[in-house]
Amino acid sequence: MADTLQLDLVSPAKLLMSESVGMVVVPGIEGYFGVLPNHMPLLSTLRPGVVSVHDGITDAPAKQFFVDGGFAEVNPEGCTLLVDEAIAVDEITADNIAERRSAAEGRVQAAESEADRTAAEKALFIVEEMARAMSEAAA
Amino acid sequence: MASLKDLRIRITSVQSTKKITSAMKMVAASKLRRAQEAAEQARPYAQRMESMLGNLAAGAVGQDGAPALLAGTGKDDSHLVVVMTANRGLCGGFNTNIIRSARQMIRDLQAQGKSFKIFTVGSKCRDNMKRDFADHMVGHFDEFGRTGSSFAEAEHIGQSVTAMFEAGDFDVCTLIYANFVSAMTQNVTRQQVIPFPVPEVDEGDDVATGGGYEYEPSDTEILTDLLPRNLAIQIFRALLENGASEQGARMSAMDSATRNAGDMIDKLKMTYNRTRQAQITTELIEIISGAEAI
Repeated sequence: MADTLQLDLVSPAKLLMSESVGMVVVPGIEGYFGVLPNHMPLLSTLRPGVVSVHDGITDAPAKQFFVDGGFAEVNPEGCTLLVDEAIAVDEITADNIAERRSAAEGRVQAAESEADRTAAEKALFIVEEMARAMSEAAA
Repeated sequence: MASLKDLRIRITSVQSTKKITSAMKMVAASKLRRAQEAAEQARPYAQRMESMLGNLAAGAVGQDGAPALLAGTGKDDSHLVVVMTANRGLCGGFNTNIIRSARQMIRDLQAQGKSFKIFTVGSKCRDNMKRDFADHMVGHFDEFGRTGSSFAEAEHIGQSVTAMFEAGDFDVCTLIYANFVSAMTQNVTRQQVIPFPVPEVDEGDDVATGGGYEYEPSDTEILTDLLPRNLAIQIFRALLENGASEQGARMSAMDSATRNAGDMIDKLKMTYNRTRQAQITTELIEIISGAEAI
């Protein structure tokens, strides 16, 4: 096996993953980017999207997580993803999305201040991205 | 000397106290397991966040226009003390220790002639702080769920603190909470969160000083995003550590209460039996001497 990099995927609630992997594709704020071993040091914010973990042997991603935003740090030791929430893509269900969507839509309706509205619209955007991630995974 | 009836009543009363304390101990033990797990799972995020921010901050701190949350206001005249305790008592010295440390800190600040404000988390410290420092209380939060703290609650506290900071209400913010070590030991910790304490770095190390990083979008944008979030994370960690500490403290307090109740029951039973025996003996002597007199 070729070189590997240490990937840590952590959310406030728990450490989701801490393993050596071949490559990881991350949804950066300015577009998806792949991180291979010995990537140059980088700090980026994340947009809602799918993190794909590749084991470096097969072409298809070994694991995929939907993340709703956060930060990525790449340094010589490896890659650390600090996310608000992460769900394995194959665990997203249509019910789950419908529930979140109605909650988010409710918040948009109920928003009183500008800040509330922006936050609620962001939540709705996250749900849409999540739905897309699910349909792409199914396809 | 207490009568037999009085002793019997005392014994039953201590017995039911013992039942309650041992039930509380068991409840605390099972809650502790959950709280401890949550606290331990939150640690990696908070630690990595701190190190990431440390790297970033080391590079940005010298520059002009560094965010105020990082660089501070340049003064330390006014302090915000965030005191975190539990909502409920009966957990040994847990609340008292935190409050004592908070009072100590406030006295020190007063001695240095600095002004201070108090933000309380948990109803126990609000009640206590209100007695002496009612004028300095600026906020309170005690609506954590029964199952433990969620990140949303921490974010909520973080937002109120950030809003006060941006309004220029204080220069330095410190959290006071109990760090969970084990069920027997909890360390009261004071943690400065605003301005962010930048770790000492080795000048020669390019990456550690933030020089080697490429930023997407830009370092200041990331910082302005990262700093309030770091505050929320540190508060979240403090809440979870505190939650675990509370249950640990309650468990050991209730454990010793149960043991004390057991000792007390033994002693009372001994007195009860002695008194009973003494009564019987007296009655017998009376009967025998009565019979002899005839």
